[in-house]
Amino acid sequence: MTDTGIGARVRRKEDKRFITGRGRYTDDINVADQAYAYFVRSPHAHATIDSIDISDASKAPGVLSVLTGDDLASDGINGLICGWMIHSKDGTPMKAGGHPALAQGKVRYVGNEVAVVIANSIAEAKAAAEMVNVEYSELEAVVDTATAQADGAAQIHEEAPNNTIYDWALGDKDAVDTAFSSAAHVTELDLVNNRLIPNPMEPRAAIGEYEAGTESYTLHTTSQNPHVARLVLSAFIGVAPEHKLRVIAPDVGGGFGSKIFIYAEETVCVWAAKKVGRPVKWTGERSESFLSDAHGRDHVTNAQLALDADGKILAMRVKTIANLGAYMSTFSSSVPTYLYATLLSGQYNIPSIYAEVDAVYTNTAPVDAYRGAGRPEAAYVVERLMETASRELGIDRAEIRRRNFITEFPHVTPVIMTYDAGDFNASLDMACEMIDYDNFASRKSASESAGKLRGIGLSNYIEACGIAPSAAVGSLGAGVGLWESAEVRVNPTGNVEVLTGSHSHGQGHETTFAQLVSEKLGLPLDQIEIVHGDTDKVQFGMGTYGSRSGAVGMSAIANACDKVIAKATKVAAHAMEAAEGDIEFKDGTFSVAGTDKSMAFAPEVSLTAYVAHNLPEGLEPGLKEGAFYDPTNFTFPAGCHICEVEIDPETGVTEIVDWVAVDDFGSIINPMIVEGQVHGGIAQGVGQALTEGCVYDDAGQLVTGSYMDYCMPRADNLPEFRLGFTETICPSNPLGLKGCGEAGAIASPAALMNAITDALGVVDVPMPASSQTVWNSLQGAKQAAE
Amino acid sequence: MYEFNYHRPGSVDEAVELLKNSDDGKFLAGGHTLIPTLKQRLASPSDVIDITDAVKSGIDASGGNVVIGAGTTHAEVAGSMDVRNSIPALASLAGGIGDPHVRARGTIGGSVANNDPAADYPAACVALDATIVTSKREISADEFFTGMFETALEEDEIVTSVRFPVPAKAGYVKFPNPASRYALVGVFVASAGGGARVAVTGAGPCVFRDAAMESALSGDFSSGAIAEASVASDDLNSDIHASAEYRAHLVGVMARRAVDAANG
Repeated sequence: MTDTGIGARVRRKEDKRFITGRGRYTDDINVADQAYAYFVRSPHAHATIDSIDISDASKAPGVLSVLTGDDLASDGINGLICGWMIHSKDGTPMKAGGHPALAQGKVRYVGNEVAVVIANSIAEAKAAAEMVNVEYSELEAVVDTATAQADGAAQIHEEAPNNTIYDWALGDKDAVDTAFSSAAHVTELDLVNNRLIPNPMEPRAAIGEYEAGTESYTLHTTSQNPHVARLVLSAFIGVAPEHKLRVIAPDVGGGFGSKIFIYAEETVCVWAAKKVGRPVKWTGERSESFLSDAHGRDHVTNAQLALDADGKILAMRVKTIANLGAYMSTFSSSVPTYLYATLLSGQYNIPSIYAEVDAVYTNTAPVDAYRGAGRPEAAYVVERLMETASRELGIDRAEIRRRNFITEFPHVTPVIMTYDAGDFNASLDMACEMIDYDNFASRKSASESAGKLRGIGLSNYIEACGIAPSAAVGSLGAGVGLWESAEVRVNPTGNVEVLTGSHSHGQGHETTFAQLVSEKLGLPLDQIEIVHGDTDKVQFGMGTYGSRSGAVGMSAIANACDKVIAKATKVAAHAMEAAEGDIEFKDGTFSVAGTDKSMAFAPEVSLTAYVAHNLPEGLEPGLKEGAFYDPTNFTFPAGCHICEVEIDPETGVTEIVDWVAVDDFGSIINPMIVEGQVHGGIAQGVGQALTEGCVYDDAGQLVTGSYMDYCMPRADNLPEFRLGFTETICPSNPLGLKGCGEAGAIASPAALMNAITDALGVVDVPMPASSQTVWNSLQGAKQAAE
Repeated sequence: MYEFNYHRPGSVDEAVELLKNSDDGKFLAGGHTLIPTLKQRLASPSDVIDITDAVKSGIDASGGNVVIGAGTTHAEVAGSMDVRNSIPALASLAGGIGDPHVRARGTIGGSVANNDPAADYPAACVALDATIVTSKREISADEFFTGMFETALEEDEIVTSVRFPVPAKAGYVKFPNPASRYALVGVFVASAGGGARVAVTGAGPCVFRDAAMESALSGDFSSGAIAEASVASDDLNSDIHASAEYRAHLVGVMARRAVDAANG
């Protein structure tokens, strides 16, 4: 390890510009002659559009154009797409309704884009938007996940009878039925995984430009994957041909998944730029983020676990209804299926599992991947079941887990995953040691003396990151491959530009990726520039989601570095008149074994490669190599989180008094950044379990449409995080990395809800366990006792 | 935000004159209610009359009273040694309003004139039997806060200061709304020569007093005296954060904690 290489706690290079206000986000960019877009949005959850009168708005001061869904249709612009095909049990493909970027004939959720006003200023656009006169006929709204499929429920898309997009299943139903029929014990839970609104710090924004001379387009947008955005906008939506569309995602201020997707607004900005002959800029307001960013989670689940008398698991049966909202967002179909049901085996050796998932339309904002995407929902089901089974069987919560842990690898689960490495006992042991698990009873009685209810909760999560390999995900319905690309450009002076197809929206890639290159090439960090987010600069790449940038993106960089070293070795050997096999490369220096001859990588070898005066015969000049890396498997981060809570029975307030997180992320590049990712992930998990809940009323109006009502976790909701790490090296990528971005959000809700239900002595309380919810639970218990 | 005419008069009289001469004028103090409303295009006044220079700020503690100029910010009240020495509960209340940004701009005059049902100051005014001094008259707090966002102020009347008699003991405890951090329930208790007063904010449409707790605490100013106290839930607010029943229960809990805080 060098002081800037793999394993070093290097401060984040990018933070200087972020902390000093010098980040350059989409809204910071202004292009000459730009006009402003403001969207007219539906005030109704479900209505037909009888007419749209734009005559007054079109004449309003400063207005360039008012465009509607009819204009999109007449220009032949296609609807937004969902890029992952799921088939129902009977083999039929999912039943997706259309998703025009501006509504055509019908609106399906509050906030649905109906028209756009393009004006010289945003104030003029807003004023004119109020003059767009839309006549609606309201229809009954379908809001509730559990009853969306009911007979007589209003029909949201003609294509999807009973609002059912697919009814999908995974696993062996007969084997599960047989196991349950003879089980000594069955634990059953009805669980709701609450709907969340992502709330990245930077709202979505877009600037569309059209250059008439070259007939080319540029889109600046808040994207986690600009190449995927370009592909979808060109190949599917048909706004511009791929080679004539440049997509730039500059600094992006958080995403948590919500900026993976290709939305209506950026589509409209590109299209409208050509129509009005001016660049068109849109910056979402926070209220628009609440209404129209893709939401997360929203599952209603019945889960059953069959066990023998000793607490050994025999089988699991899960039925989930997943709410996908009013339209199918870009990757929505995959989240409650292949990112969810495939993780239901948890860390446990379960002989058979059967999972059924119905995806439903409702008159709510689209739902798609949000930090963890399916895996938090799976971990929640598995770990709530384990805790409940432990209570029902009277087996210690750690002991019942130990009895069921998978201990041999590779392990093939009944839900198609092949776990490649892990040591679940190690993380459980370390977490128990750190929190002093054995003495919980004395802490509980001390809390009792102070009038508080204390509870403890475990969550032994596993997740799957770096979704891969491409052939496997293709067979499961993915419309794209999930590899990553890299190019390492060594300049003649020896400094390096690394072009990655991955993207950073706050994760610190400019630092960790540079650390890898520093380790590989022996260069200081300030000689390494990470370039990403611009389709004109960077080769095609897949972007950032699913904790893939390390395991997949850095593996591509590592391979490209190896190719650079291989070529540089040839250059150095020739220059030093030595055999290639005698060249050693260490800490940035090529030397000839057994001699004092050496050449520095920078600038001697780099310059030699470019001046090309003395290269081996047949070797091309230059020093630039690329790699496309397609992993052989998912990676499987896993660990154990244990938390302890104290509840004030007078108010129902839950305080998290201790939190221990032990994670196995394989090898780690920058421990400080990894710890930050864990902290942030836990904060979002605590948010889900304790504070955050998206609420629509029965008419489909968003009740939690601002921070006055949508409760983000604050510093005072969070504990001191105590972290530990175990390490089993991931065998499916060259760096041994597993991914750390989502683990905290995956592990934590179950740990916290297990602790709260333990403190309260109840089977379940719904998330978020607000003080009111907890107080209600206590009142219920009091009444039951009377 | 819609367009409006902006004025910054130097005196109360001038401010009142500007309001009279406008089609639909609004006074602006710290702006923490009006500005967000304007930004959301929910209000479109013809004229916004910024009274920052018209009303005084500053704190005077003498003769058994603390008089706070209407333009005094929450941060100034929270940090004032005079307030902290004479009515520590009032300083602590001001220090718990919103966040540092809000406390740096928001004013006591603006807060009482707006009478948000979840604001903190109305509870202090009522429990401490304060007097609201305006451009026209003096109004007792009991008479001043008349309903949800409603006060006894006339259209062209401006709050100029608030006069708090120094109590023997006082305490304020609030249960914050988890999202907005406004008071879901806040209870201010005070014990003075005339007995105990208990004022509740956040729970109902407007700050209110609780006679039963006042009577119990007038005899015995201890949390034990109101051990079983809560209020009827019938007229209380109910929303996604707290049902009326939960608020009613919290009134009792916060009242006991406020008394404990007052007894320090």
